[in-house]
Amino acid sequence: MLSNKSISKRELLLLVIAALIGIVVLPCLNAFVPPASFFHVSNFSINIYGKYLCYAVLAIGVNLLWGYTGLLSLGQALFFSLGGYALGMHLMLMIGKLGQYKSDLPDFMVFLEFIKRFPETGGLPPHWIPFRSFWFAAAMVVVVPAVVSFVFGWLAFRSRIKGVYFSILSQALTYAATLMFFRNDFTFGGNNGLTDFKFILGHEINSAATKRGLFIASAVLLLAVYVVCRWLTSTKFGLIQRAIRDSENRVLFSGYATANFKLFVFVLSGIICGLGGALFVPQVGIINPSEMAPDKSLEAVVWCAVGGRGNLLGPILGAVGCNALKSYATHSFAEQWPYILGGLFIFATLFMPKGLIGLPAQLMEIKRKFTRKNGDAAPQTAPADVAFESATKE
Amino acid sequence: MGESCRLEIRNPCSFLFIHAFLVLLHLAAFASFAASPHRTNLVEAVLSEDLARQTDIIKSLVEANDPLIEQALTAWRGGSLYVLETNDTKTPILLDPVTDAEGSAKAIRLIDGEFVKGADGKPLVFAVADLTAADATSKLRKVIKATLDLFALGNPNPAMRRDAVIKLGQEQNPDYLPFFETRQKTEQNLEVVKALSEAVATTQLLSEDESVRLAAIGRLGTMRSINGLNFLQRLETEAKAAPAKYGEKTADALHKSIRDIQDYIQWGNFFGTAFRGLSLAAILLVAALGLAITFGLMGVINMAHGEVIMIGAYSAYVTQNVFAKWFGASGRGFDCYFIAALVVSFVVAGLVGLILERGVIRFLYKRPLESLLATWGVSLVLQQIIRHIFGAANVQVNSPSWLSGSFNVSDVLLGYNRLFVIGFAVFVVLLTYLLLTRTSLGLQIRAVMQNRHMASALGVRTDRVNMMTFAFGSGLAGMAGACLSQIGNVGPALGQYHIVDCFMIVVLGGVGSIVGTVSASLGVGVTNQILEPWLGSVLGKITVLAAIILFLQWRPAGLFVTRSRSLEG
Repeated sequence: MLSNKSISKRELLLLVIAALIGIVVLPCLNAFVPPASFFHVSNFSINIYGKYLCYAVLAIGVNLLWGYTGLLSLGQALFFSLGGYALGMHLMLMIGKLGQYKSDLPDFMVFLEFIKRFPETGGLPPHWIPFRSFWFAAAMVVVVPAVVSFVFGWLAFRSRIKGVYFSILSQALTYAATLMFFRNDFTFGGNNGLTDFKFILGHEINSAATKRGLFIASAVLLLAVYVVCRWLTSTKFGLIQRAIRDSENRVLFSGYATANFKLFVFVLSGIICGLGGALFVPQVGIINPSEMAPDKSLEAVVWCAVGGRGNLLGPILGAVGCNALKSYATHSFAEQWPYILGGLFIFATLFMPKGLIGLPAQLMEIKRKFTRKNGDAAPQTAPADVAFESATKE
Repeated sequence: MGESCRLEIRNPCSFLFIHAFLVLLHLAAFASFAASPHRTNLVEAVLSEDLARQTDIIKSLVEANDPLIEQALTAWRGGSLYVLETNDTKTPILLDPVTDAEGSAKAIRLIDGEFVKGADGKPLVFAVADLTAADATSKLRKVIKATLDLFALGNPNPAMRRDAVIKLGQEQNPDYLPFFETRQKTEQNLEVVKALSEAVATTQLLSEDESVRLAAIGRLGTMRSINGLNFLQRLETEAKAAPAKYGEKTADALHKSIRDIQDYIQWGNFFGTAFRGLSLAAILLVAALGLAITFGLMGVINMAHGEVIMIGAYSAYVTQNVFAKWFGASGRGFDCYFIAALVVSFVVAGLVGLILERGVIRFLYKRPLESLLATWGVSLVLQQIIRHIFGAANVQVNSPSWLSGSFNVSDVLLGYNRLFVIGFAVFVVLLTYLLLTRTSLGLQIRAVMQNRHMASALGVRTDRVNMMTFAFGSGLAGMAGACLSQIGNVGPALGQYHIVDCFMIVVLGGVGSIVGTVSASLGVGVTNQILEPWLGSVLGKITVLAAIILFLQWRPAGLFVTRSRSLEG
């Protein structure tokens, strides 16, 4: 595991290179290289890459919980969507009179006759009013997932719900929330969700420059989240986090209030996911309840599992890789995609416990075993995945 | 075939109508209604100018059991009964609904139901524009309508007859009373008899005669007539507005009858809710019991549990199709299919479980979180396989005749299929209980679940026990699927719909406890049905989920805790 405290020079170099590519090189290739050139990155691609980066943020959030703390939450897509909804509400109000109904109200409110439900505010539900301000919406992107995750986490950890029970309960939470958001009278657009955005901060949302800006913002966010998590996991806090993952009772008996540690990580992860969702929505142009459904959370968990959890690069690799594969697969053979995704799940859990990141080490191990069989008497060495085994052995 | 025979079908409905009409024509021709005095009378009425005479005749037609007369009256009321004038004779005619290219049609004589023919013996065709419609004043139309309504009293289908009686009774028209009474004398069907006496009483509520009124009020009360409640309440407001007209006795009787009926409705609602709650609980229980074994006893998080249920449902579908092929789509042979389907779905789902356990789960007993992921992958694959084979749309699983239909116990409908599920749930719980406590396999299962290593040391083949337990749990899930196919839709997403509920039930009941699973599904099922009228089904479901999360604050290990010495057991 990555337990070394300081960032090594090699890692720093890689980080700087990745950051340069994400924040400077790709946008420049998009903006300044002529479209005919081989090196040109199209607006479409920039948009797609931006989406992947947001998913990578979500995957880091999942990984912080699962890979580092041993909490498999099946509700992170909920926090992702809550962040998305918070910003989406602001974007809905920025459409102005450009909607289908040429009304100040978002289309679905006209359509659902909210004027009858909220006559005193002209049809706008009262809790929507402050979302006219971008900064309020931006604050809510952080606050709403934080509050929801705090309340749920507090209830769950206080009564020492852990392991698979925690997973099942978080799944039930997402499920309930999805049902709730599907309702038209929950004032968030029901089935169709929020869509048809026109402007963000006064810029036209579909223009190439805005898309580029959003991409850069996603890259910066990913970098920031990476650095924060990298720092956090290398502190003593991170050590306790991993100790909780490996044997919570021992940590508890050593006098640590594990519930508080877990709650902190849960809330932090919720915020990270919310931020990812907030940048996801303007790039995709829609947020609806199916985005928070339990299987979306599970999909995010697969990215981590495929990329390799328990380190920070794995989830990014997994999220970008899986989504690139998904884009390709759903485009050219949509029918087979569930087979591929399902197969990936099974294969990754059965044969790649450390994911893509751990694959080289795993292959080395197999090679060593193989040569040893052919060679002299084998010296006893620990198997590669001993850490995982011990995590749940008791 | 001549030009005039070409069918011009505008929509399938009109096609059906044409068919029905042709059948009617045949009936008319073969039953030789030609000589019927009613038809002669009807012709007279159409041609008559005297409203009183027309009214009399039309009223007398009620006794005519003749489809053509019904047709003619309907047409008359709608302005499509025509009078054909040739030389000095006037012939009332109906136009055949089959029209030719110009919109002309053959004409049917009312008197004998034959086509009007020309000199060459071929039917003549007429255009609507060239004909004069028989007059019908609005008064006459009302009379015709009443007669048509009363025709329905003679409908051979008891259900249609009952509906007609209820409808006529609610018109509170005293003119209908004699017809009700005649019908009452000959009616055999109990439902219709009840509807008739209800209709009579409802109509008599408006009677001027106090004793008749009181009797009617009393009768509606003792009959616990839900249909009559509205009329009683309306009468009560009237009686309050004009106490002088109705008198105290009526007011008292009304009060008593209304209270009786309302009490009755409340009890009915209570029983209805209880029954629906029980039936939902049974569904949840049947669906969750398999999980209570694989998750509760073995500790395997099988996210593909829902898909195993779905496979059970599809097995029932396939069995049904095979039986339909062998025995035809109805009859006794076909009706047996469901018994076979239960067995087939148990076996098929059990096999799927066996393969799943051998292929995936046995490598993950020590990594429960990862078994969750791998089995979710399996569930995706299974869903897609089903979609490939059977298509993404829902498939139709027909209930055998002994499962369709329902009891009516004091106006609460108890569906046979729901009763069956309740009975089946009891049966499956008993079966599981006996298997776990009375067989050597059960003993081994419990031993392995309590302490795998110790059981292994004592010579229990834990591998085999795991395999059998998982297959049994999956088989139960498969039977649940067959059961659910009788109640809801069967589609590739069937499992997804149940999976969250199932896990919540098992967690709420206490992992490893069958008693807990039973009580949890009872609790959730009944609570859900109690909340539903107030909150709607979705909000009710959300409330229950939230309540479960809060409940686990109080009892983190569920309702029934399995005690264990292991720290992280």
